[in-house]
Amino acid sequence: MSNNQYIIEVKDLTKQFGAFTAVDHITFEVKRGEIFGFLGANGAGKTTAMRMLCGLSYPTSGTGTVAGFDVRKEGEKIKRHIGYMSQRFSLYEDLTVLENMELFGGIYGVDKKTLRERAATMLKRLEFYDERNTLVGSLPLGWKQKLAFVVATIHKPEIVFLDEPTGGVDPITRRQFWEMIYQASSEGTTIFVTTHYMDEAEYCHRVSMMVDGQIKALDTPANLKKTFNAASMDEVFRTLARGAERGD
Amino acid sequence: MGGFLSFVKKETLHILRDSRTMLIALLMPVAQILLFGFAVSTEINNLNVAVVVPQWSEDIRQSVEKLSANPYITYKGSITPGEIDQWLRSGRTDAIVVFASDFDRLINQWKQTGTSETAMQFVMDASNTNIAQAGAGYLTNILAGELMSSASMVETHMLFNPQMKSAFNFVPGIMGMIFILICAILTSVSIVREKETGTMDVLLVSPVRPMRIILAKMMPYLALSCINLTTILLLARYVLGIPMGHNLWIVIIISLVYFALALSLGLLISTIAKKQIVALLVSAALMLLPIVMLSGMLFPIENMPAVLQPLSAIVPARWYIDAMRKLLIQGASWNLVFQDFIILVGMTIAILGIALKNFNDKLE
Amino acid sequence: MNDTLAIEVKGLSKSYGNVQALDKVTFDVHRGEIFGYIGPDGAGKTTLFKILVTLLNADEGSASVDGLDVAKDYRAIRSRVGYMPGKFSLYPDLTIEENMDFFATLFGVNVEQNYDLVAPIYKQIEPFKKRRAGRLSGGMKQKLALSCALIHKPSVLFLDEPTTGVDAVSRSEFWDMLFNLREQGLSILVSTPYMDEASRCDRIALVNNGRVLDIDTPQGMVDKYDKHLYGIKAGDMYELLKTLREESSIASCYTAGEYHHAVAGNGFDAAALKQRLITAGFCNVDIKQLAPDIEDVFIHLLSNEQ
Repeated sequence: MSNNQYIIEVKDLTKQFGAFTAVDHITFEVKRGEIFGFLGANGAGKTTAMRMLCGLSYPTSGTGTVAGFDVRKEGEKIKRHIGYMSQRFSLYEDLTVLENMELFGGIYGVDKKTLRERAATMLKRLEFYDERNTLVGSLPLGWKQKLAFVVATIHKPEIVFLDEPTGGVDPITRRQFWEMIYQASSEGTTIFVTTHYMDEAEYCHRVSMMVDGQIKALDTPANLKKTFNAASMDEVFRTLARGAERGD
Repeated sequence: MGGFLSFVKKETLHILRDSRTMLIALLMPVAQILLFGFAVSTEINNLNVAVVVPQWSEDIRQSVEKLSANPYITYKGSITPGEIDQWLRSGRTDAIVVFASDFDRLINQWKQTGTSETAMQFVMDASNTNIAQAGAGYLTNILAGELMSSASMVETHMLFNPQMKSAFNFVPGIMGMIFILICAILTSVSIVREKETGTMDVLLVSPVRPMRIILAKMMPYLALSCINLTTILLLARYVLGIPMGHNLWIVIIISLVYFALALSLGLLISTIAKKQIVALLVSAALMLLPIVMLSGMLFPIENMPAVLQPLSAIVPARWYIDAMRKLLIQGASWNLVFQDFIILVGMTIAILGIALKNFNDKLE
Repeated sequence: MNDTLAIEVKGLSKSYGNVQALDKVTFDVHRGEIFGYIGPDGAGKTTLFKILVTLLNADEGSASVDGLDVAKDYRAIRSRVGYMPGKFSLYPDLTIEENMDFFATLFGVNVEQNYDLVAPIYKQIEPFKKRRAGRLSGGMKQKLALSCALIHKPSVLFLDEPTTGVDAVSRSEFWDMLFNLREQGLSILVSTPYMDEASRCDRIALVNNGRVLDIDTPQGMVDKYDKHLYGIKAGDMYELLKTLREESSIASCYTAGEYHHAVAGNGFDAAALKQRLITAGFCNVDIKQLAPDIEDVFIHLLSNEQ
């Protein structure tokens, strides 16, 4: 059974596509409330690993639990208990801010009344309540991304998966975005971020580095920099990934 | 010229690499001709027939026996006149043979004088025209035989679709549609795809003139259309047995004009659309639908509502299909299709003009 | 026209409906220089590039590339520039070799003629030349795209977000290739949303919402930063951020990774602040003075704007 301290526990998780091992025996834990950075080069196997953790893909071998549910048997339950936000798809541009929130809240079975209250609180906190009836398509990119995060957490999931969340936004918005992540984390939500931009790694409590389907390093950013005698996470990554065999 | 040829080569590679689309483009005309020619054909394998007999007699019994003995007919039994409509509507039978109450006397009168009143009536479900038409023919053959070769003995009623169509009309229709599909739709989609993926930007930022890029893109599709024209004509001649010969060169000339027209339409669409999906939708809505509905491919223009008839005049396929119908089915020569030819040439010049006006060196 | 300039842009403006994509942009790129046009999405990077490579007309202002006016001499410009658009702009269904040959003939040259210039890049992907471009990794696609943009030996190279979506290793290799090209005398205009790439350029323009905020060398940008910057961390980073925002001696404070960045205001005293934070219950408090990086400069410029 899952240890309560950990929201993700994975042992020897492996995914093979024919002769190709996309994810090769990865083992790690993520603590509740932690901001966990899941890093790797293009094609290192990040996306495949994350799809397994979200219950979207069935592992070839190995075991794991996410939010207390078995990744092999309880994919459907996992999906109800996590939040997910990707850079590619975030919100429906032709719906208003509130309509998007109600849609996604509804999908996750949040009742109407709670949904209304929660949306109001969240939007007010962002000082965005006045824009609730604005079409998402007409908002600046930075706002869309912040809203996407709000929508991904509207059902109060225990853990949120963020797939390269801050690509292309300006530095101020990016900082505001991380502020939201810090806030969610301080309220007990676990954040699982995949990215291949190493400066994002500096924000995380702990990061794992994936190379060719395996986790080659896992520690706090400070410790990793010390271990690899590097000035930045970028350097740590380049040292680790130099020997990588495959791209995407 | 080297640049132009390398463009054509590249386009050809695109088509060859996308083997699925190429197969569809090449096999579609074959499949459609065979499908319309045979599967949706005039042939009947199983005709359900019921009879209405006011008074049984020896002659009627013999006729009914002939029916039930025929391998192509399933005899469904005898019903009352009041049941006719319901049996046809429910689909329990395709045809009903109604015998006259004094059938024997009328037959005798016919044998002696060669004339008589109507002795039997075929009531057909003509919601499927082909079955109805051919079925009536079958029944006439089986029941009347050498006795009643005159139509006056038998009265045939076509219900639900009184308008019967010629069997080979679909060949010109298919031609009108396929060439638009290949020349206009595939060309415009392939141009717009390059806009969408960003390769068009790189092409434009090269010394090659944009018009050349577009011309080169059209070449392989033109070739594909020529191949298809050959296939269709061969199939029409040798599989469907449509005679052709003296006017073949007119068919080819008018087809080439139609290709040019379709390519211009494709260019026009590609100057408007920015995304492949838009190009597809615009093509389908502006071209395929009018071709199917308004060109006379399915519904004869004379039978259209008066409002739609002038509208059909602006559908290029109408004139092409009309010309092909005259040439291939009626064996017409130049003077009969000259009007269609002139209209097609005029339309090509007009559409090409608009497309070129829309098209600029920056493709903005 | 100034002969030492590879690109000269004067008061360029362009708008799409209500959106001002470019707002009186003025800058120039010297010959043999790598010039970085740096800003987030919506800064107008792609619009500027399209105008300079003659794919788009500006509403106002003028620009010249290689001494030629973008509006009048666009045909001449087209054979002198190499352009790599933001999106992957090769044919995925053609092989590496077919792509190269095609782009060479497009410019009326053959691959052998200019092999020297592309060789250092092309050699890395040549072993896979029979492979279709769509099946290449991100890094290899990028090398192929660069090779295709170079095949006609352009004098000015336009690279629109060449490193977006490419991992750190490939990005670093890509910059090495650019340094190599600069040595061959090429002038390069490169755009990127990543501030950390700024330091690799000779000079940079920081842009936002179509406006140029500042132009300088990366070092010059940092030197101009006249504030004192501190990095502060503690156990609970979110509480820390809220607390620091209440501090009167801190002008502004924002997240930046392991440490929050705080701009010192009047009466800032690191030791006293640390003591106050510990008293307030924070553990593992650390405060250190920082040298600002380009992001700090950008944030500073942006907050001046607003």
